[in-house]
Amino acid sequence: MNFFATLRVAGRALRRNKMRTILTMLGLIIGVGAVIITVSLGNGAKAAVEAQIASLGQNVVLVFNGSFNRGGVRSGFGGAGTLTVDDAAALAREIPEIVSISPERRYNAQIAAGDLNWSTSILGESDTYLDIRQWPLAQGSMFTEQDVHGANKVAIIGQTVATQLFPDGDAVGQAMRIKNVPFIVVGVLSPKGLSVQGQDQDDVIILPYTSLMKRLQGVTTLSGVTVQTANATDLASVQEQIIEILRQRHRTTPVTDDFLVRSQEEITAAANNTSQTMRMLLAGVALVSLLVGGIGIMNIMLVSVTERTREIGIRMAVGAHGRDILMQFLTEAVTLSLLGGILGITLGVGGSYVLPYFSSFPTLIPTFWIVVSFIVSAVVGVFFGFYPAWKASQLDPIDALRYE
Amino acid sequence: MPAIIQLESIHKVYHTGEVDVHAVRDVSLQVAKGEFVAIMGASGSGKSTMMNMLGCLDRPSQGRYLLDGVDVSGLDRDQLATIRNQKIGFVFQGFNLLSRTSALENTELPLMYNRSHLSSRELHRRASQALETVGLGSRADHHPNQLSGGQQQRVAIARALVNEPAMLLADEPTGNLDTQTSIEIMGVFQKLNDEGITIVMVTHELDIASYTKRNVIMRDGRVVTDAPVANRLIATEELAKLREAQKAVQLAP
Repeated sequence: MNFFATLRVAGRALRRNKMRTILTMLGLIIGVGAVIITVSLGNGAKAAVEAQIASLGQNVVLVFNGSFNRGGVRSGFGGAGTLTVDDAAALAREIPEIVSISPERRYNAQIAAGDLNWSTSILGESDTYLDIRQWPLAQGSMFTEQDVHGANKVAIIGQTVATQLFPDGDAVGQAMRIKNVPFIVVGVLSPKGLSVQGQDQDDVIILPYTSLMKRLQGVTTLSGVTVQTANATDLASVQEQIIEILRQRHRTTPVTDDFLVRSQEEITAAANNTSQTMRMLLAGVALVSLLVGGIGIMNIMLVSVTERTREIGIRMAVGAHGRDILMQFLTEAVTLSLLGGILGITLGVGGSYVLPYFSSFPTLIPTFWIVVSFIVSAVVGVFFGFYPAWKASQLDPIDALRYE
Repeated sequence: MPAIIQLESIHKVYHTGEVDVHAVRDVSLQVAKGEFVAIMGASGSGKSTMMNMLGCLDRPSQGRYLLDGVDVSGLDRDQLATIRNQKIGFVFQGFNLLSRTSALENTELPLMYNRSHLSSRELHRRASQALETVGLGSRADHHPNQLSGGQQQRVAIARALVNEPAMLLADEPTGNLDTQTSIEIMGVFQKLNDEGITIVMVTHELDIASYTKRNVIMRDGRVVTDAPVANRLIATEELAKLREAQKAVQLAP
């Protein structure tokens, strides 16, 4: 029997029990659909995390204050407050691979301009900070090295701050007060949107770190240091050198370290680790759902073979070989599973398109997984259809013809 | 006349549990081309087993079976299937048509397993021709449940004929039919036989057997009588008589 005739017979058999066919396919439809939706959600989340990691800048090493231990009382990370501007200068001086360095001081304050005011987070940075973060300005220009040296009262503001304080636009050149110290806005950042954690990254003010430390806070220690290297391959060695230099300067040991050094590689690896775990979990869910769908197909095919024993007998009597019967039932099972797979893919892709409109989850439709789902559906059909089909092909024509 | 069927000392033993059942014992039989044979016997006489072996659905335990000159006693499952497809046309008691499948497609079935890969147009042409032969050309698109018993059996005969087999093998072909339809079906067989087709039929009805040309009677797995039919009935005449009788009691117009 040729392929098209076999396909036609399979199609007719499936149409004969429409409800049963649909219910059997449902296992696979839901399985494949769920796999595609979850993978596209996972991909969407992963892409968002990667974008955020990339927004840290390229080839970046971050230095934070660590914890300290005073008389047995241990502070949390960032509690030490022992990083100084001199530390940052020493790093810049002694590590040749460092191309840019930005000492960082963080602060929160109420700011005002005209009769409007707003509470926001303030970052004290060096003039190279925006280059490291690869964060372009929308208007104006970045403060200069002279501004940093002179602790000048200049500021860069984020989009949210600009909208809140200068609703008429044109913030550049305007004055604003931070804790009653007047600052001049020299630039407005381009919008960055929400972070993965849902924070508004545009609700920020960037000042020269010197201005923040001397004029607003009156402190001498840093919150952290952002370091950029020329090449990604230098990250590990730069990280080690930073640790070594800071240990010398702070006279600490690995046990008493009062600072933390994290390279972008490590952060990326941690994120990848998370998504790797998620992928494994998804693969497990996919496997189980396809297994369940496949067992459903096997079950129905066994019922179908029993129901159609007489038909098998007739076909054998008029000359069908075991192989013909095998192919007929296998074709039926594969048609069933492929149809289920295709409907599942349609459901999954449709769901992935629609989901972002109803939720805040980004999705990224996984082409690779669509192909995998299709192939796996076919494999499920062959695998779970084989036993019933083989059973049918081994029937004795005499018994099959007599079957009531 | 060359022999279509040549059985040489055929035995068939079934091993069921502890007892061996000797269903057919030492049967030798020849059926020549163009014959019309009825194999008769009570149940348990071995006629069904004979039928299965003649139809290449089963193999003899011992002995040789030459079908149309080919020794089929040692063939495997698939080879037997090919022989059934090429050489034998089956007609069963229960018609055994595929339900929800048109008469035409039922008739095409053996052609689909014929390994010569015919075009679908050729399939249709041959199947339609076979349906014409049994007088059902106008009902090709009917499904079995839309046809009477006699019509269903005609479709089955058309299906048996479609591959132009060496012989027709009928297993109680009138067992599920009323008297008049039975005679009509025997009429179809007689017409086909007149055209030169060899027919072997299993029946337990003596009157049906008398439409054939030769009766083989079996008992306990052995052939006890093998004789030509003396007073052969002709289906067309019997049908005419039946009509007269029906007219007399106003059963028929």
